[in-house]
Amino acid sequence: MSGKRGLIMGVANDKSIAWGIARVLGNQGAELAFSYQGEALKKRVLPLAESLGTPHLFECDVSSAESMDALFDGLRDLWGSIDFVVHAIGFSDKSELRGRYVDTSAENFRMSMDISVYSFTAVCQRAAAMMPQGGSLLTMTYYGAERVMPHYNVMGVAKAALEASVMYLAEDLGKDGIRVNAISAGPIKTLAASGIGDFRYIMKWNELNSPLRRNVTQEEVGKAALYLLSDLGTGTTGENLHVDAGYHVVGMKAVDAPDIDAVTGRKDH
Amino acid sequence: MSDIADRVKKIVVEHLGVEEDKITDNASFIDDLGADSLDTVELVMAFEEEFGIEIPDDAAENIQTFGDAVKFISEAK
Repeated sequence: MSGKRGLIMGVANDKSIAWGIARVLGNQGAELAFSYQGEALKKRVLPLAESLGTPHLFECDVSSAESMDALFDGLRDLWGSIDFVVHAIGFSDKSELRGRYVDTSAENFRMSMDISVYSFTAVCQRAAAMMPQGGSLLTMTYYGAERVMPHYNVMGVAKAALEASVMYLAEDLGKDGIRVNAISAGPIKTLAASGIGDFRYIMKWNELNSPLRRNVTQEEVGKAALYLLSDLGTGTTGENLHVDAGYHVVGMKAVDAPDIDAVTGRKDH
Repeated sequence: MSDIADRVKKIVVEHLGVEEDKITDNASFIDDLGADSLDTVELVMAFEEEFGIEIPDDAAENIQTFGDAVKFISEAK
């Protein structure tokens, strides 16, 4: 990745998937800038960015067009052009990430779609204008877009829209040599994931039933991102690359996995 | 002091960067130890990892002081 420059959006702390990606890219020689939202996140991102020798930090609220413009103006002043962007941002009211999808409010539906879906399109508009030699754009999704997962609710609907937008963006930007892909990561215990109901149970279920019989690490997502963002992946666009220990091919509980009560500890039936 | 209290204290010192003697039973993470709302989530995640337990959301909301954390973890272990 020597000589490549890019933006990482969505690092919250050292457990973040975006941080796992940044670390792999940084170790491969990429030059990185980070965006964060608000002071609470700044104080977390700053020491991480510094540990990679990257002092380039930009505040950005992706729900604001002005804020997004300011971010990319800052990148233009810094580097002139960029080679890649990692978008690892999503948001939904935590109270609607448990219980029933059918109870989703109009307000949270709009907000979830705006932050989790449209923001990637808005990033692509601005980033593409700074990629005269082509480039690579990457977003993060989850299997809850393809099949129903407990509690994922409106985020599943938003991720489905995000995955569809990856296809359309890949078509629109492909003729300019810009690739657009998604990584569908298995469950990883991050700050954002702590808002999802029964997350520990979801992780345990994946561990017991995925073909590799384990969960994935931040670093494994980082290595897949390296493929998509580097010249290793120049033939790949519009792809949704599953980094989930193979869970997405599974149709039913593994024969050797314990019954559900062994996972939940529940005996109340 | 119990082993659990020592381990909780170590996590709080490392995470919040506060002096050990400020961490009393009644010390509130937010009001007395300078935690923000994300710190409280990160602390709960760190407690879960350290002690191999699950702290449900409604319980996490009630863990506001060092003493609350030690009490919850002692009962959950």
